[in-house]
Amino acid sequence: MLRLEKTKEKQNDILSLFGEVDASNSVILDEAIQEIIASGAKSILIDGQNLEYISSAGLGVFMSYLEDFQEQAISMKICGLTPRVYEVFRILGLDQLIPIYQDRAAAFAD
Amino acid sequence: MKHILNISCQTSALSDLRAFLQQALGSSLLTEIEKHQVTLAVEEVCANLIIHSHGCNPQDSIQLEVKDSAEKLIFEISDQGEAFNILDYEVPDLKKVMIEKRKGGLGIILVKKIMDEIEFESKNGTNTCRLIKWFRS
Repeated sequence: MLRLEKTKEKQNDILSLFGEVDASNSVILDEAIQEIIASGAKSILIDGQNLEYISSAGLGVFMSYLEDFQEQAISMKICGLTPRVYEVFRILGLDQLIPIYQDRAAAFAD
Repeated sequence: MKHILNISCQTSALSDLRAFLQQALGSSLLTEIEKHQVTLAVEEVCANLIIHSHGCNPQDSIQLEVKDSAEKLIFEISDQGEAFNILDYEVPDLKKVMIEKRKGGLGIILVKKIMDEIEFESKNGTNTCRLIKWFRS
């Protein structure tokens, strides 16, 4: 089960993830990011404090945007990951490609 | 201890798989983070089979058997679809995945990094992928 919530804070488009992302629902995450880009967002913050689980299907969604975001000068940050979800990003090396912060305040401060 | 689950080949079955593993791993010697990781690795192999070998056909099924001993956990995933030998699959470079905007390939990186041993055999129409995790003492 995955629920998404889009909000804005300090000129950032925030996408909060609730629940689990797997191969059955990663397309919902993909569509939400596409909508945020289409609205002209330049600074996207993924809030993962309520993300309980993410498989490669969801991680692949983030990966697939990295190059485009670099070219279009769109920033994407992730914050609030629980230790076990953060560990998955780290095993894959995604922590080297996407800036990951403790919480929203730390992400805004950088 | 032995736990067995039959999984229908549809991605909506993946959450049932996670619930089953959570129960099967409940009394194991793994840490919470390790339980989370082996669950992910088993799911990645099953998701690959469901999507690529069985084309998400809910009439097909795959079997998962979890065997727990004093020193290791064995996850045996069997199916009768097109054989996919994870050991033959070269682990892609992460940067390459990014440049090519490929959404696949990441799962296999995770399985190979999380599990201690991977075995594969195909016999009499049944493919078996065995994932092994040793307990750290």
